[in-house]
Amino acid sequence: MTKIDSKIPQGPLAEKWSYYKSHQKLVNPSNKRRLDVIVVGTGLAGGSAAASLGELGFNVLNFCIQDSPRRAHSIAAQGGINASKNYQNDGDSVYRLFYDTIKGGDYRAREANVHRLAEVSGSIIDQCVAQGVPFAREYGGLLDNRSFGGAQVSRTFYAKGQTGQQLLLGAYSALSRQVGKGAVKLYTRYEMLDVVIVDGRARGIIARNLVTGKIERFAAHAVVIATGGYGNAFFLSTNAMGSNGSAAIQAYKKGAYFANPCYAQIHPTCIPVHGENQSKLTLMSESLRNDGRIWVPKKKEDAEAIRAGKKKPTDLKEDERDYYLERRYPAFGNLVPRDVASRAAKERCDAGFGVGATGLAVYLDFSAAIERLGQKTVEARYGNLFQMYEKIVDDNPYATPMMIYPAIHYTMGGVWVDYELQTSIPGLFAIGEANFSDHGANRLGASALMQGLADGYFVLPYTIQNYLADQITVPRFSTSLPEFETAEKEIKDRIAKLMSIKGTRSVDSLHKQLGLVMWDFVGMGRNKAGLETAIAKIKEVKKEFWSNVRIPGSGDDLNIELEKALRVADFIEIGYLMATDALHREESCGGHFREEYQTEEGEALRQDDKFSYVGCWKFNGEGKEPELLKEELVYEAIKVQQRNYKA
Amino acid sequence: MEKIINITLKVWRQRGPKEKGKFETYPLSGVSTDSSFLEMLDMLNEELVNKGQEPVVFDHDCREGICGMCSLYINGHPHGPDEDVTTCQLHMRKFKDGETITIEPWRSAGFPVIRDLMVDRTAFDKIMQAGGYVSVNTGGIPDANAIPISKVDADEAMDSASCIGCGACVAACKNASAMLFVSAKVSQFALLPQGRVEGARRAKAMVAAMDELGFGNCTNTGACEAECPKNISISNIARLNREYLCAKLAD
Repeated sequence: MTKIDSKIPQGPLAEKWSYYKSHQKLVNPSNKRRLDVIVVGTGLAGGSAAASLGELGFNVLNFCIQDSPRRAHSIAAQGGINASKNYQNDGDSVYRLFYDTIKGGDYRAREANVHRLAEVSGSIIDQCVAQGVPFAREYGGLLDNRSFGGAQVSRTFYAKGQTGQQLLLGAYSALSRQVGKGAVKLYTRYEMLDVVIVDGRARGIIARNLVTGKIERFAAHAVVIATGGYGNAFFLSTNAMGSNGSAAIQAYKKGAYFANPCYAQIHPTCIPVHGENQSKLTLMSESLRNDGRIWVPKKKEDAEAIRAGKKKPTDLKEDERDYYLERRYPAFGNLVPRDVASRAAKERCDAGFGVGATGLAVYLDFSAAIERLGQKTVEARYGNLFQMYEKIVDDNPYATPMMIYPAIHYTMGGVWVDYELQTSIPGLFAIGEANFSDHGANRLGASALMQGLADGYFVLPYTIQNYLADQITVPRFSTSLPEFETAEKEIKDRIAKLMSIKGTRSVDSLHKQLGLVMWDFVGMGRNKAGLETAIAKIKEVKKEFWSNVRIPGSGDDLNIELEKALRVADFIEIGYLMATDALHREESCGGHFREEYQTEEGEALRQDDKFSYVGCWKFNGEGKEPELLKEELVYEAIKVQQRNYKA
Repeated sequence: MEKIINITLKVWRQRGPKEKGKFETYPLSGVSTDSSFLEMLDMLNEELVNKGQEPVVFDHDCREGICGMCSLYINGHPHGPDEDVTTCQLHMRKFKDGETITIEPWRSAGFPVIRDLMVDRTAFDKIMQAGGYVSVNTGGIPDANAIPISKVDADEAMDSASCIGCGACVAACKNASAMLFVSAKVSQFALLPQGRVEGARRAKAMVAAMDELGFGNCTNTGACEAECPKNISISNIARLNREYLCAKLAD
């Protein structure tokens, strides 16, 4: 069996990153100019990495599928970014942020990576402030913080409910500066379709110009994937319409391991589904749980009356409401981690206490906060979110409680990387949500922004040099190498095949079919029989897709249906991997809840003796089952225990 | 409450930047008033694809009003008839049963049509590349709390920074001016000590790029502010003019 080497540096946990940086190989300035790096993606991870590598002097080629780097879906992150600054003097520290992240991830993340993340978190805030990111401030002029789930300190920095936007615009500004200087060349409306391997190393990509439909080749000394997560395998998610997992699947099919695909995060506070033509779900920031209280009616009759439109939530008195998170988890209350809050909502709705027309919703109530703080303060804190809610639902959340329900939001799994963020293919790196590394089985709120920027600003610009230092004598590559030729031909054949099917089903209808299978069987509650059903059904979707999809227009032209089809073909592969991984992992941990493995109170029950490892899936060829490899997780600094948010 | 309506769409269709476009008319029935405008267009495209026709091409991505990718000139308004929303947040409850809805792309020399309703907005990126940044490299930065910033200034900078770069201001302006977009970025930085340092250089560089890229002048009609989905204030333009004048006078 292949041994997986995560390349964790020696020494005590708190000194590993310093040790690594002091001993790694570097590239001198004159050599940097001769080295090309491809960065795919322009979100928080990709944008910050491309900008930082450009500043260092590397020659960077940066790709995105949108019309501008500023559109990447990091922009939609609302609530905030964590950092262990301890500005509030409430007992925060690098260790505490590290500990909270490991615990929040249900002891399934790699210790050394998480500690490094906590170590660099403070520098991210410094960097963003220097770029002119307008974080929220106190009247004294210093930075303000709020609280997020899974923490007992206030360490979340924010810019209204638009933190992701402001951080991304910061990275985009830095990137724009490098583009203006010629250090980074931008390729917008380009989609990566394959990674090219030459002599075992990643040496370039094949990309499709989305405006002309032309397939083009790009060579480089290293390739960085920063393409985000694969939550859209569920069709309905909080991801952007274009968000996809295709780069990860391309890497996987070229030999990179896909790690922990089953770890998907279901966010507890999203606007409930309204109907069949719904195209996406909208998140209501976790920050709302700072002041909002979650409840359902105590009595089933009341829930039924509300569903039938005979009663309003405001008709129910305080003692007729069940604030179930406060009841079940007194210590953390409404601020339990996302997986816990999502499952609790599902439990209440499944038991018949749900509200809304479908019964698949719970209340998020601000009346107590408005009474305590006044509507003005609540408006200042969450105004844009309340407006967003009102526009979508046509209901005033200041007067009646919001209705929310869980939805797929983030994927903790992704391309396997070692401590240097390098995949199992030399020269191919993965950063941000695209990799698997820092969040274990569940990500804490406000930690995605932290990880994306940590990887892009402060980790990859170091670790990639340790690889590139050996490459300084390697001349620039020609894209006429046979490896490029073959890769391009394979892509062209794939497109020709899709275009030739000329079936009867639209891409969206097949994507929805896949999404329903995923939500029903690979969603919040999973079990053996359901996952086996999912696997069978995903195979059916795959067969139907490759024999009956209908794509109008031409493959050599702008073609939005073809773009979607190429992504959905990969979502089918991802869905299969997710179900396979979920079936094999016979335990519950974080976002992965196997109904067979729960405590008497319905909490996730891990099986540490059997599953304390990263599940890495290796591609074995089309039509063959993937092979499972394991990276054992060793905890030196913390004691592994059952998560407890009750006391 | 949800209702089902039937509508008629007049949609601008154009193969490419140099080709002649025209309106096509499509009836669409069974639209839920709870659907978003783009979900309604998804329905239209599903019908077109099922008939073997090419779908209407339009830009969209996050569908929650923040990425700035969606555009569309709907019944004569950028982002449609509702206030303070992008097209993706516009809902069909704003339209009546039997209504005819006209949908056009942004129309501006600075934003050439790529196909149908999709336009090329890379000019905005080029303006940003000319000076829309604070010149700091990664690392070697003082502590985030080293420079206190008044809450009033920080909040005002945040309001300016809320611009999503969608281009509605340009589409709404009879001169196709990009002043609201440029001024929002210049203001954000001008209000913060970190951005103040190179304020003069930034104002000049961004305005020069804007002029060079074919955007028109500002004649203070205020259409940009009225149509901006993010409520970016026209007072930003006043600040830009001040910044620009001071910079030029200092030369």
